[in-house]
Amino acid sequence: MSVLVGRDTRLLVQGLGDAGKFHTDKAIAYGTEVVGAVRPGKGGESVRFAGDADASGVPGRQNRYDVEVPSFNTVRDAVEATGANATVIYVPPPFAADAIMEAAHAGIELIVAITEGIPIMDMVRVKRYLQGKASRLIGPNCPGLTAPQECKIGIMPGYIHKPGKAGVVSRSGTLTYEGVKQLSDNGLGQTCAVGIGGDPVNGTNFIDVLELFNDDVATEAVLMIGEIGGAAEEEAAAWIKVNMRKPVAAFIAGTTAPPGKRMGHAGAIISGGKGTAEEKIAALEAAGVIVAQTPSDLGAAVLEAIDRWA
Amino acid sequence: MKIHEYQAKELFARYGIAVPIGRVAQSVDEAVAAVRGIVEESGNPVVVIKAQIHAGGRGKGRFKEHAQLGGVNVVTAGIESGIEGGVKATEERVRELAKQMLGSTLVTVQTGPEGKQVNRLYVEQGIDIERELYLSVVLDRSASRNVVMASTAGGMDIEQVAEETPEKIIRQLIDPAIGLADFQARALAFGLGLKGDAHRNGSRFIKTLANAVVELDTDMVEINPLVVTKSGQVMALDGKVSFDSNALFRHPDIVAMRDLSEENAAEVEASRFGLSFIKLDGNIGCLVNGAGLAMATMDTIKQVGGQPANFLDVGGGASEENVTAAFKIITSDPNVKGIFVNIFGGIMKCDTIANGVVAAVKQVGLEVPLVVRLEGTNVALGKKIIDESGLNVVSASGMRDGARKIVELAGGAA
Repeated sequence: MSVLVGRDTRLLVQGLGDAGKFHTDKAIAYGTEVVGAVRPGKGGESVRFAGDADASGVPGRQNRYDVEVPSFNTVRDAVEATGANATVIYVPPPFAADAIMEAAHAGIELIVAITEGIPIMDMVRVKRYLQGKASRLIGPNCPGLTAPQECKIGIMPGYIHKPGKAGVVSRSGTLTYEGVKQLSDNGLGQTCAVGIGGDPVNGTNFIDVLELFNDDVATEAVLMIGEIGGAAEEEAAAWIKVNMRKPVAAFIAGTTAPPGKRMGHAGAIISGGKGTAEEKIAALEAAGVIVAQTPSDLGAAVLEAIDRWA
Repeated sequence: MKIHEYQAKELFARYGIAVPIGRVAQSVDEAVAAVRGIVEESGNPVVVIKAQIHAGGRGKGRFKEHAQLGGVNVVTAGIESGIEGGVKATEERVRELAKQMLGSTLVTVQTGPEGKQVNRLYVEQGIDIERELYLSVVLDRSASRNVVMASTAGGMDIEQVAEETPEKIIRQLIDPAIGLADFQARALAFGLGLKGDAHRNGSRFIKTLANAVVELDTDMVEINPLVVTKSGQVMALDGKVSFDSNALFRHPDIVAMRDLSEENAAEVEASRFGLSFIKLDGNIGCLVNGAGLAMATMDTIKQVGGQPANFLDVGGGASEENVTAAFKIITSDPNVKGIFVNIFGGIMKCDTIANGVVAAVKQVGLEVPLVVRLEGTNVALGKKIIDESGLNVVSASGMRDGARKIVELAGGAA
């Protein structure tokens, strides 16, 4: 198993609206083991997914898939019936916090919340609820995570990934794709690409994922993509300096962002002169991280980080 | 979403949080008419007249049209003549001030040099201030909890206090399952040096505010100054409140407080189409999917010597219509000398973007150079649509390539 997910991941889906259906179909096409859907009031029904397999996904499968995914009223029912160990949440913002807590209550190991727009107070409560529970939350407001040719959870385009040796962790969806594609093009490939999301209160932070990559034998280098707002990058830099045993490259978006304005993501805001790209870049460089100048240099920055490390 | 000071104080009053007596006025006559009631109720002939704009630093700010006049004015004209004669004198002075302030442009450290037009005034009772303190409730991102911050350095910019005398700031995290506990409110009040009645009033004030914050889904509440009066009352002399826009769906009463005239018209228009748009000062318009990529596109334009005219994230689920709207908003800015469309399709499909751009150009024309970089989902289809449209589009092979091309075509830096 790569970090967090792999061939033995058994995935539930919470929220099968248009977006949930579309991306569940893509995940199945990629070869992710989708074992059930939680649809309160529709337990006992099933949803059919059929189409052409994604050639970039899990190898050794047939060219077409045609599956019936069973529905359950509660996460607990679904876990008991299917042995699910992960869930992905596409539930709309007003109900997403409840969906996360239901999954944690059922003891699911990995909860991936894609939903964008969850109220901050709801996430503050969710974080409190998760204290002392075994579940790990990734997101919300994130693209999910992909272990190339093993498992894809969320909305990342599958075909840009290639199995390899770089770990990717990012606060931004589309910048993750930039990084992943460049790592595929330059031959490094990825062990796992993890989107931790752009919200100010999230389940898993940079340090959590850096720790996983640090301990993962397959991961030889890490690409970390941050942005303005908060101090997560500075905290990660301090952690890297003391603990990281592998080369790290980074990029920070928002050098030109004006202060006091929310740049799309709820968490991307420079407030009170804090959380600027300059501070973050300086902290990372002081920790020995190679910081890419533009998003066109992400792959090259990882190569440089590996070179310097050797 | 931000609200005005007077709206913040209305909300405070609803929760039983002490605020001075005051009335909002949108005309000179309304401002004058507010005086008598305030003076009679407070028993104090002194009133304060305050410009209502969504920006801080109003007291030290100055009007463009009246270089000597600030945004907050204490009217003491009535002190000499007792309550009855005083009201007349105060009314006259309020009339003069309101005439100058309404419709004029106030420039503060937070408005930028262009300033903001003042359309509303707040007339308020004068307060006998014993001490000025600072109080705020904001999200502590590292702790994933709200934190109450208090300081004895009232009236000062909290960032400056944090920088110069961090020991003056005291903090208590709010456990969301419990709320702010009494002992925490007491500790904050003691930390502020409050004693006797003022301590009791201060503790209650802080606790009530902390509970209100949770109920109202505020992003930030700042009371600066929080004042202790000569009679031991604890009161919000100012109030700055903004709300978590993700939570507005459950607060229709707060949405009703939104003052669109305080916001950038293009940004309001963009939000109607689900676009995240921020106007900037440069000349390269940007149309991008994803917030991180949109920011990084601006950064890259700057790096190759240009200046971005905007931040624009079309979002993941944008339709052709949304893309068309985005294109129109960008081209309506007369400063824009070139447009860079930078897409890495994940959920967003490149053909949707291509169709939206082609439709927009057909509707509004294209008078500036356009560079398009497409990557990701359905990229071949997207490129085909652009190629076959006959539009004068320059394609780019990557982000930096695209940024270089558009900056060059637009004639270099802004």
